[in-house]
Amino acid sequence: MAEITLRSLTKDYGTVRAVHGIDLDISNGEFVVLVGPSGCGKSTTLRMLAGLEDISGGELRIAGRLVNDAEPKARNIAMVFQNYAIYPHLTVAQNIAFGLYTSGMSRAQKDARVAEVAGMLGLTDYLARRPAALSGGQRQRVAIGRAMVRDPVAFLFDEPLSNLDAQLRAQMRIEIKRLHQRLGTTIVYVTHDQVEAMTMADRIVVMRDGHILQVGAPVDLYENPVDLFTARFIGNPSMNVLDARVQAGRIIVGDQDMGACSRADGAICLGIRPQDLLVDGPGTAARINATVTAVEPLGPETLVHLDAQGHEVMATAPGRVIPAIGSTLTASADAGRLYLFDPDSQRALGRA
Amino acid sequence: MADMSANRPEMLPWFARLQPGAVLVWTLLFLGGVVMVTPLVLMFSTSLKSAGQIYDLRFIPAEPTLNNYVRVLADGWFLRWFMNSMIVAVCVTVSNVFFDSLVGYTLAKFKFRGRYIIFIAILSTLMIPTEMLVIPWYLMSAQFGWLDTYWGIMFPGMMTAFGTFLMKQFFETVPDDFIEAARVDGMNEFMIWWKVAMPLVTPALSALAIFTFLGNWTAFFWPLIVTTSRDLYTLPVGLSSFAVEQSIQWEMIMTGAALATIPTLIVFLVLQRFIVRGVMLAGLKG
Repeated sequence: MAEITLRSLTKDYGTVRAVHGIDLDISNGEFVVLVGPSGCGKSTTLRMLAGLEDISGGELRIAGRLVNDAEPKARNIAMVFQNYAIYPHLTVAQNIAFGLYTSGMSRAQKDARVAEVAGMLGLTDYLARRPAALSGGQRQRVAIGRAMVRDPVAFLFDEPLSNLDAQLRAQMRIEIKRLHQRLGTTIVYVTHDQVEAMTMADRIVVMRDGHILQVGAPVDLYENPVDLFTARFIGNPSMNVLDARVQAGRIIVGDQDMGACSRADGAICLGIRPQDLLVDGPGTAARINATVTAVEPLGPETLVHLDAQGHEVMATAPGRVIPAIGSTLTASADAGRLYLFDPDSQRALGRA
Repeated sequence: MADMSANRPEMLPWFARLQPGAVLVWTLLFLGGVVMVTPLVLMFSTSLKSAGQIYDLRFIPAEPTLNNYVRVLADGWFLRWFMNSMIVAVCVTVSNVFFDSLVGYTLAKFKFRGRYIIFIAILSTLMIPTEMLVIPWYLMSAQFGWLDTYWGIMFPGMMTAFGTFLMKQFFETVPDDFIEAARVDGMNEFMIWWKVAMPLVTPALSALAIFTFLGNWTAFFWPLIVTTSRDLYTLPVGLSSFAVEQSIQWEMIMTGAALATIPTLIVFLVLQRFIVRGVMLAGLKG
C-alpha cells in the first residue's frame, strides 16, 4: 500500500526528451490509467516507476521515500508485461512462485501463498501445466499471479490486454477491476485503449508528446475535456469536430445555424459527440440536414455516417430503425451538448 | 469423392509414387551416406581382424576376433588416455558453456560503452588460424610451467570466440521482458542469467556443448605438442603412437578409434534431445 508522487519527472534519451517534467500524485489504493497514443511517454513513465529506466530529472517517491536511484527490487512494486513474460520452461506454480524467489520464505509458506493466489485467479487446476498448454487469458492471469504473490505496494500494468482478443479483453478488464477492489492495492495501468481507460480507472491521465494533458475521473474527462485532443481521444466513437464561426451570437457551420453562443464573433471549433447527435431527435441545437453515407447497426442503436454539406459527421439513430443509405434526414443535439474549442490553441472554451 | 480415392497416393504401388526429382535426391543422399559410412564400417571391421588380415579389405572379416579389444583394454595406457581425453573434453566443455554464455549474455543484453569494440575484438580472433597460435602458446606454456600438464592442454580452448558469438546471437532472441520481469521480481543479474536466460537458450547450449566436446575429444595437434610424457597423452595422441616407425599397427589404431567413438555417440544422443526440446520452446509465443 503506497501513494506514488511524481515531481517534474523527466526522461531524456540522448538529446531527445521523451517525458517533459510531469507532476502526478497517485493516492493509496487508487487505480490510475495512463492513456495516450503510442510514443506519448506513458510506457516510459511506467518503466521509470518500475526502475527499469533511469530517471533523468525530477523526483519519484513511493510511500514518501525518494526512489529515483533505487533498484527495482528495492521499490517493492510488481509489474505485468504486455507479452506476459511468463517463463516457458517453468510450470504455472513455478512461475507464480518466481516472485517469491528472494522472499526468504520457507517452502511450505511459498506453496501456501502460491495456492492462495492461484485460487483467487482460478488457476488452481492448472498449477502443474506449462505456459504452452494455457490460453492467452490464462497466461495473463499467471503473470498477474506472479505479481500478486509478493504482496507489493503497487502494481504496474504495461498494456496487459493488448495481446488478447476483444471478448477476452472485456472479460479480463472486469477481472482486473474486481481484483483491485478486493486487494485495494495501488495500480498504475498503461494503455492506448481509451475504452480500457474509461472502464477501469478511478482517474485517467491523458498524455501526449511527453506531457500530461489532463488528469481526471473518466466522466469528468468525457464531460469536460480541456482540449480538442482529449475530447477526441476519450469517447467512442470519437467526437465530431467541425470548423465553425460565431456570428452575432449564433454558431454557424457552412450556412447552417447550430445554436446560440455567448462568445464574441470569430472562428471556432465545434465538437459534438455522436451519442449526443440524435437522428430525428427533439434537440434544438445543431440541427443538421444531411445525407446518410453509411450505417453501423449495433443492435439497440445505429451509428449513422452523414454528409452535411461536405462535412463528415457521425450521429446516432436510437432504436432499431436503420436509416437507408442515400436518404436525407435531420439530426440534432440538446442545447448544452456542444463543445467549443479555440481553433488555434485547441483549448476548450466551454459548452453551448 | 469416391472415384478420387482410387488416385490417392497411398493406393498406388510404391514405385508408381516415385517422382523423378525424388529419385535423384534419394540417390544422391544414398551415395553421400555410403561415402560417409564406409570409413566407419571399415574401422569396425578392421578392429575385428587379426594383424595378418588387415590388408584384406573385406567388410565382413573372414575370421572375426575380439582379440584386439582385449589387447587394447588390457594395455593400461589406453584407459589412461581415454580418461585424459575425457577430463580435458569435459572440463573444456563445461568452461565454454559457462563462460561463453556469460560473455555472450553480457554483450547481448547490457548496454555499455565499448561493447561493440569488445565484440569485434573477440570476433577478430576467429580469423587467426590455430597453426599461427601454437608457437606463442607453446612459449607461454613454457614460461608459466604449463608444459606437460592438463591445464597446458586445456587452456587455449577454455573460452572460444565462436562460442561467445553463438551465445550472443541466441541471447539476443530472448525478449527483454523476461529479464525485466525477473529484475522487478528482485533477482540479481547473475541469477537472472542463470535461472531465466540460460534455460531459454538450451538448444544453443546443447549445440555448443556438442561442438566443444567433439572438438576437444578429437583434438590432436596441440595436445601432441604440449605433452611429452606418455601418461598425459590424450586418446588421439596416444593412438598415433601405435604408428611406430616401420610398423603401423592398423588393427590397434582402428580398435582404439572404434572405442573412442563411444563417448561422442553418447554425448550426441543425450544432447540432441535438448536440441529438439529447445526448438519446441523457441516456437512458443510469449
